[in-house]
Amino acid sequence: MSLLHWIILIPFLAAIFVPLLGRVFPRVHTGWFVLFVPLALVVVSWISYSSLIADGESMLHTVPWVPMLDINFSVYLDGLSFLFLLLITGIGTLVVLYSIYYLDKKKERLQHFYVYLLMFIGAMLGVVLSDNLIVLYAFWELTSLASTLLIGFWFIRKKSMFGAQKSMLITVFGGFAMLVGFMLLYMMTGTFSIREIIGGADGIMDHALFLPAMILVLLGAFTKSVQFPFHIWLPDAMEAPTPVSAYLHSATMVKAGIYLVARMMPIFGGSAEWFWIILITGLFTLFWGAISAIRQKDLKAILAFSTISQLGLIMSLLGVGSAALYTQDPELEIMYAGAIVTAMFHLINHSTFKGSLFMVAGIIDHETGTRNLYKLGGLMTIMPVTFTVSAVGLAAMAGIPPFNGFISKEMFFGNMIEVTELPFFGMGEWAIIIPMIAWLASVFTFIYCAFMFYKTFMGKYDRANYWVDVHEASPGLLVSPVLLGGLVIILGLFPNILTNVLIHPSVTSILTGISVELDPYSLTLWHGLEIELFMSIGVVAVGVLAFLYHNKWTEWEIYSKDRDVVNLFYDQGIDKLQDSSQWITRLQMTGRLRDYFVYMLVFIVALLAVTMWRSGSFQELPEGMASTMDTPLYMYGVMFILVGSAAVLPFIKSRITFIISIGVLGLMVALFFTIFSAPDLALTQLLVETVLLIVLMLAFRHLPEMTTETKSRSYKTVNVLIAASAGALVTMISISAYALRLDLDFTAISDYFIENAVPLGGGYNIVNVTLVDFRGFDTVLEALVLGIVALAVIMLVKHRFKGGEDI
Amino acid sequence: MKYSRSHDVMQQVLLITTSYFVLAFSLYFLFAGHNNPGGGFIGGLTTACALAFIYLVFDRVKANEYIRFTFPGLISIGLVLSLGTGAIGFFTNDAYLTQYFDYFDIPFFGEIELTTALPFDLGIYFVVVGAAMVIMLNIAGDEEEEDED
Repeated sequence: MSLLHWIILIPFLAAIFVPLLGRVFPRVHTGWFVLFVPLALVVVSWISYSSLIADGESMLHTVPWVPMLDINFSVYLDGLSFLFLLLITGIGTLVVLYSIYYLDKKKERLQHFYVYLLMFIGAMLGVVLSDNLIVLYAFWELTSLASTLLIGFWFIRKKSMFGAQKSMLITVFGGFAMLVGFMLLYMMTGTFSIREIIGGADGIMDHALFLPAMILVLLGAFTKSVQFPFHIWLPDAMEAPTPVSAYLHSATMVKAGIYLVARMMPIFGGSAEWFWIILITGLFTLFWGAISAIRQKDLKAILAFSTISQLGLIMSLLGVGSAALYTQDPELEIMYAGAIVTAMFHLINHSTFKGSLFMVAGIIDHETGTRNLYKLGGLMTIMPVTFTVSAVGLAAMAGIPPFNGFISKEMFFGNMIEVTELPFFGMGEWAIIIPMIAWLASVFTFIYCAFMFYKTFMGKYDRANYWVDVHEASPGLLVSPVLLGGLVIILGLFPNILTNVLIHPSVTSILTGISVELDPYSLTLWHGLEIELFMSIGVVAVGVLAFLYHNKWTEWEIYSKDRDVVNLFYDQGIDKLQDSSQWITRLQMTGRLRDYFVYMLVFIVALLAVTMWRSGSFQELPEGMASTMDTPLYMYGVMFILVGSAAVLPFIKSRITFIISIGVLGLMVALFFTIFSAPDLALTQLLVETVLLIVLMLAFRHLPEMTTETKSRSYKTVNVLIAASAGALVTMISISAYALRLDLDFTAISDYFIENAVPLGGGYNIVNVTLVDFRGFDTVLEALVLGIVALAVIMLVKHRFKGGEDI
Repeated sequence: MKYSRSHDVMQQVLLITTSYFVLAFSLYFLFAGHNNPGGGFIGGLTTACALAFIYLVFDRVKANEYIRFTFPGLISIGLVLSLGTGAIGFFTNDAYLTQYFDYFDIPFFGEIELTTALPFDLGIYFVVVGAAMVIMLNIAGDEEEEDED
């Protein structure tokens, strides 16, 4: 276990103690203890790894977990992981601090909240540090689970549960697709280790499974990173407490998809499909998110759609950057690697300004009791600090100098113009549309930022709109957003402070395989009089113009439709899913034992018959099977009683005779076992018969009188056919088992047990040695089933519906 | 369970005496199982039969005075025992559920084989006894409650 392993495990270990804290220290807010976890992690990881990462080093530690299946708990740290590690722990610290003042100690279930949050921190660290794809997948699903639990934190609200379910269904769907993609990668390369896959990635581009694997992995990334059309879960996830929205749904979890795409870049990057799928999805998401955000009237909803839009921006940049892996031309390599630099820089920027904006939205909600744009207004003088932080954050998002968002936006424009000059991947004259979409989306971004700013802080303060006395938030609540806002300004004025430690190492690790000189990418506020600057000026000019006339377009009908149209597919899908599953359940759960038997037998017979048919089992029996020569006479007697007691069963009219007849059948079977010298089986059969008899006699009084069947003839015929085919199948299996024994090509597996029972198991009873030594797992799980059956009997007997309507 | 309310002395004496033998026999099955016919499953079912006799002779209230443990609890004890015995392999770097055995020379008994399969089988025994008794007693108890209605 290395330090990196402990970094992943510590949040989980800490989560164990959280429930105790509330009892031991009832007067202290649990958040104060939890705060130490991310704080310690960020400090430790910065001290231990920052200089190593800046030198361009990476490290890999492996702890075997299931080595037989190539699943190992291996952790890998390079520039990309380190960037995310700091993001998760750093923002995590601020969010925990913020949550201490946001969540009331007396009213909220703090222990639940912090357990989920720590679980999320651990899982997210696991995602970004794992080198093994299966381990990564496990942590990936754990982040989905933690996110769902946190969205449903206020589970009494119907909307919370709806949002939680929606996010779970969509992200887990993507997770499954991703798992299949990982399996395909394993089939192509024979390893689950990302490092090893990258090492042997040269040949897989021509593999038939390359494209399916890529699409499946991208499905996982797109659902998590809210790319169109999977973005619809994020607006509903805003029902979560605001610290969660700021942390999971803007700064970290939704960026897991970005991380995955960046991580998979050396494997899939350089193919045209990867380039186009990511670029087009990203650009469309950017555009769609921006125009949807304008129509929102809720502060958090605006921020949700703007997160969708910004993640689309980062995604499209990764698409452009993948071109650097295809071209052999060093000049083009440098040009397109620039897009990755922009992506990583904007990733950091987005976390700072969006995190602060979410926290500010939470403060406004907390202090005024509403997030509705049309109720808020004139808060500038009442909440000066909140106002300042919002102004900085919104300006950065809109792309106004001197904040960090401006720099990354200008670089983004530059990359989108450069992509049109791509000499391969079928790029043509029409490509001019790409920078146009980017520009247009930025105009919309500017408009919603201005709109949010104006509606919240300018205008008239109307006392009647608020339930409570509006005043500035407490200092504790303001610390985190102010710190993040400060980062926005610092990164805007001195954008190069992070390049050596975070941005360049992460770009190098994304573009494994090619060596790009990264020194030309020094980030500056002033780019010179380039076309990007004119585009920015255009954004501001058109944006201001559109904003000034907002009274006109807010009257349009489309403005009132703030629910995303893509939701229709989800709603319809959920309805249909519920209807069809209810239909299947009703079809199957009739409450009649006979129907259940019909279902079970039909499936068993059909499955086995198909298998036997396909494997060519219906062949002639070998000679010498049916010799009756050496059968002793008493066997005929035993067989006569056996067959007779079975044959009379359908004609018996009273239950007690029925039970006796079945008992005779069972005893005859036991006799058979004795004759063929299987004492264990005979004993078991006898005992089971005895206990069954007792149970049957006990249940006897509950059973109604046997009535004459009134079912139709065809129904009966079908049942007879099913019963007969089940019987025929069992007979055939026993005959074929006997026939195979005659066939010399097969060696019986029993030989192994006979030979090894004494030397390996230390017992002379082969049946028992097989049960406890060789097949211990089967036995112990059967015991588990037996326990569950006993519990089920208690449930069925004690807690059944007595009278009244059954379901 | 439809308890005998006839106070038939012959029946009572017969069932009680039989149940002693059956119980003893079930223990033999359990311990001899590794080398002779028997084992946890068979032993458990035999014990369940013996216990069922006791419940048949006395009514449930009286029988519970003698049998002071609850059967669902017995199931969990058995599961823990079996699963726990399997976990020995963790400490010796073997696979889960690896069983060990060796021969020991113990005074008076002579050479005796001790196996980890025995506690494992004991767990199975507990589970079987517990499950069989839970099923029987619940169905019987249900009938009683209906009679009271």
